[in-house]
Amino acid sequence: MWISYKTIVIKEILRFSRIWVQTIFPPIITTSLYLLIFGGLMGKRIGDMQGVDYLHYIIPGVILMTVITNSYTNTVTSFFLAKFNHSIEELLVAPVSYWVILLGYVSGGVSRGFAVGLGVSIAMSIFIDFEINNILIVLIIFLFTSILFSLAGFINAIFAQSFDDISIVPTFVLMPMTYLGGIFYNVEILPQFWQNISKFNPIYYMVDSFRLGFLGVSTSEFWVSILVLLSIIIVLAIFAFYLLKKM
Amino acid sequence: MLKCFDFYSKLIMSTALLIKGLKKTYANQLEALKGIDLCVDHGDFYALLGSNGAGKTTVIGIICGLLNKTSGSIKVLGFNQSNHVNQVKKLIGLMPQEFNFNPFEPVEEILINQAGYYGIAKSKAKIQAELLLKEVDLWEKRFDMAKSLSGGMKRRLMLARALIHQPKILILDEPTAGVDVKIRHSIWRFLSKLNRQGMTIILTTHYLGEAELLCRNVAILNKGKVIKQTSMKALLSQVDKQVLILESLTQLPQTITSDRFKCERLDDHSLQVVLNTDISITSVLHNLDTQGVSVDYIHSAQNRLETLFLYLTNKEK
Repeated sequence: MWISYKTIVIKEILRFSRIWVQTIFPPIITTSLYLLIFGGLMGKRIGDMQGVDYLHYIIPGVILMTVITNSYTNTVTSFFLAKFNHSIEELLVAPVSYWVILLGYVSGGVSRGFAVGLGVSIAMSIFIDFEINNILIVLIIFLFTSILFSLAGFINAIFAQSFDDISIVPTFVLMPMTYLGGIFYNVEILPQFWQNISKFNPIYYMVDSFRLGFLGVSTSEFWVSILVLLSIIIVLAIFAFYLLKKM
Repeated sequence: MLKCFDFYSKLIMSTALLIKGLKKTYANQLEALKGIDLCVDHGDFYALLGSNGAGKTTVIGIICGLLNKTSGSIKVLGFNQSNHVNQVKKLIGLMPQEFNFNPFEPVEEILINQAGYYGIAKSKAKIQAELLLKEVDLWEKRFDMAKSLSGGMKRRLMLARALIHQPKILILDEPTAGVDVKIRHSIWRFLSKLNRQGMTIILTTHYLGEAELLCRNVAILNKGKVIKQTSMKALLSQVDKQVLILESLTQLPQTITSDRFKCERLDDHSLQVVLNTDISITSVLHNLDTQGVSVDYIHSAQNRLETLFLYLTNKEK
């Protein structure tokens, strides 16, 4: 079982590493631009947020945004392509349990999220001085976020019947959720109604706790975030397993 | 009691695949298999024949765990597939009809990954991959992306992949479809070698000459039912007519007649002869010789199994 799992993970890592110009490099460029324009140029006019200057305030959210997008994209693309070119049958004819398949693909998504997140952090550290307040919180939230969105990508891939289907969810669901999750702003500046709506967006808890890890400021309790994220991960994992078994 | 147990254990060990009452109805209510029974002996070279849509690929898909059955039982070397899914998967190697590998992976990596899925360590898998890639003449291409291979090379890659975990039973779904004659013959030689070494091989093919040449036993599927299951020899003995093309280097006479066989002049140098199997070719040649026909070349106009296959499947319509 361990060898099967290791094989899937290595295969997934090799897949995105071989095409690093398409997978790892673009998010680094995009994120650097975000920081330069929103943080560096416009941020000076915006001022502080929760007592932190705007450039530093958006760093955690921007890093997390790349982790979310890349974890999701990795599993949805890889698993859909395996379905599309039937190479998924290589796994299905072998004595590999559905949990191992799921865990392997999710680990692949987490690996890409980590690779891109690390790349973006290194690129930013060249231009901006920043310190991490609590590395443990940062790592826990990174892990939970990438697992959650890898699972979501996996479910999307199982349902997807065409290449359009794998781009609809990221464009119409994932992107609005990410932007409305408080990446560029403190949710408390919104009217009460929209603040309440934001509490139903899991990305709000991720960004808020990630910011706690980086900057030491947050608007919600850390344990609430952990509870919310863990619950969603468990539900998604069970659903993904069920769909995979039924496939 | 002990003797009885011994008899049954020998029976189980000598049977590579035992299928009983296998049924499959798809979600769209298409009844692909209507309760089929199959028995393949250990070490056999077995042909599973049928027209498109007869249910061959569905049977294979169920045996290999790619599809769920509706009812029935499958035993592979004594292991019940329902209770021992993983043991059964380890015993079977599948070469499917469609190319089903990632075209953006290098050839050797495809084999090593497949071995990994079967729990084989990379160091061991590399040795086995080298052996197989050399056997199927793809060693020079081991670092190439699979997409760059020709159709025949892709088929050989899938054959090597099916063997990477050293299965006891090899299932081949149209292994030589779209492959040129030279490669087809090399695949046949390799398969015969594997069978001689004791591997049970189950073959589905539309090239009936291939089945006739390689297989000892045969089952014919038609519309989800087994309509014939016997030895190839017994099946071919049912063919009561054969069609021959006779060619002469000299010009043939305008009229050639015989009351013992049918004769049709195709052109100035070739002749089609239809004769019952109880008439010897020597007597035909003698008869033609008396009419001034000297025969220089003889070849069969049709495949014997093909004739029988068409007869049996049309009869069921």
